[in-house]
Amino acid sequence: MQPPDEHPHVPGPSLWPVGVAIGIVVLLVGLIVSWYIAGIGALMAVVFGFLWVRDLTAGTALVHAPEVPPESPTGPALPAPAGGPAMPPAAPEERYPRAKFLELSTLGLGGVIGGIVTVPAVGFMVIPPFLKQGQKDHDLGPLSDYPQGKYVVATFTADASQGDVSRRTAYVRYNGQQNGLPSFTIISNHCAHLGCPVQPNGPLDPKGTKQFADVTLIPTVSIAGFGCPCHGGQYDTEGNRIAGPPVRALDRYSFSIRNGHLFLGRPFSVSHVDGSGATAVIHKWTQSFPGEPVNGIESWLYPVQPPH
Amino acid sequence: MATRRLTRSQQLQQTILYPLDWLEERSGLVGGVKYFLFRKVPGDINWFQTLGSAALTAFLVQALTGVILAMYYKPDPTIDPVTHLPVAYQSVTHITNDVFAGWLVRGMHRWGASVFIILMFLHMGRVFLFGAYKYPRELNWIIGVLILASGLGEGFTGYLLPWDQTAYWATVVGININGTAPFLGPFLAQFLQGGTYINADTLPRFYSIHMLLIPGALFALIGLHLYLVVRLGVTSPPWSKEAAGTGPLEPPSQNGRSGLVSPRARRRGR
Repeated sequence: MQPPDEHPHVPGPSLWPVGVAIGIVVLLVGLIVSWYIAGIGALMAVVFGFLWVRDLTAGTALVHAPEVPPESPTGPALPAPAGGPAMPPAAPEERYPRAKFLELSTLGLGGVIGGIVTVPAVGFMVIPPFLKQGQKDHDLGPLSDYPQGKYVVATFTADASQGDVSRRTAYVRYNGQQNGLPSFTIISNHCAHLGCPVQPNGPLDPKGTKQFADVTLIPTVSIAGFGCPCHGGQYDTEGNRIAGPPVRALDRYSFSIRNGHLFLGRPFSVSHVDGSGATAVIHKWTQSFPGEPVNGIESWLYPVQPPH
Repeated sequence: MATRRLTRSQQLQQTILYPLDWLEERSGLVGGVKYFLFRKVPGDINWFQTLGSAALTAFLVQALTGVILAMYYKPDPTIDPVTHLPVAYQSVTHITNDVFAGWLVRGMHRWGASVFIILMFLHMGRVFLFGAYKYPRELNWIIGVLILASGLGEGFTGYLLPWDQTAYWATVVGININGTAPFLGPFLAQFLQGGTYINADTLPRFYSIHMLLIPGALFALIGLHLYLVVRLGVTSPPWSKEAAGTGPLEPPSQNGRSGLVSPRARRRGR
């Protein structure tokens, strides 16, 4: 039974945590603004943190009672009474006691058995989302379905084995020939803010709808860009952000042309696009999740992307 | 009189109590429950201190109604060829419209979710304002924060299950907010949705997290939380005269923890 604690280990009031908090804020601001400010912030956080910890430990150091030496059963042998044999010193503690061995082997074996069961199960939960994520190129139908200079809303089933849940939308515009090759702008409809589906800002022409296998093509009449219904992000016709919370331009798809058909390739992220149409300069980056800047200092927060 | 006959009422009482005595003798459970429920608390606690029990009750309601809903719900995103509706969505409308009292149980689970979260926040506010997170109860605050986070996880994963437009897009946004966490965010997002995009595995995944993974963690955390409440006792309100040492003093506690059950005056008075 413990005696009631007369001196709770409550630290005295201290202003240093405020300093640490300010240091961290300065550090975060510095990450965006400049290296020097980040360095100053880090220094403040470390110094004030050290002072805070010193304050804490100085005020409340636990006082341990000095250890009372045991009644020395293993102490030096008592002097032998004259004439009698010396009292033998107590046997030193066993070096490898049996109980200790059994305890450790039980824990160890239990741990090994537990690991054999748990590790594959946890792997089964964690690993599959990161394997075989690549998509096969998708046939979007003959080139003649795509009028020049107009966006077509192309909806397709990315993975037939998954069914409707994998239906995705791309905005496809035929830019005419460039250097003797057909040029396409293919924009993903995932908003670069948080992934809602962006909508074309302009009327569709549902009467011109075409169907090719699983692909539905609805031409637009004329659009002024794209807008997101969730939080109001706005993009121009090249997918550049012009207003709202998105952190980069809309993702695009690479494409290829085989036997006169347009094939959708891998998606990639875009920081921004200079120019427009066939001559546009696209600043490409590895595909990232929505909301993650792909260039500039903020992109350092996302150094590694999982396999897409 | 050694051979005294038991009176009729005593006989009756013994008969009624016999099962409890039987249980107590073999398990000690009756004493355990008494120890848990009939604890000494400071004399000047008030109704604010019932918010924790209220949150616990809300959680138990969620657990009970959730178990029942799981008997009818189907976490399947495929389209029913007859009705052209996703199977999951259809099972939710079936629960609401067709199953006896389904509307009630689903309503309890749906609104109870908000009640649980709100009560957790109110309880947290009470603990904060009463200073009840201070020594020696810091660990219980930390466990409470983990319970709150798990509860919010329940809210997030449960929101997807009706598989309608609101559920789907709110989950897309929620997953992508997770994705914007620095460094590990993209991996967390991909783990949650079971792939680069929301796919056929996402709904069963959320369902499993919602009804097995997090509830298991919640039961364990709530158990620890209650253990610490019983072990450390309940704090007096900050305005307590008793705790300040000027009010009526209680007789010294029998369990040797009087300093914890009704805190003494602080060393540095203000």
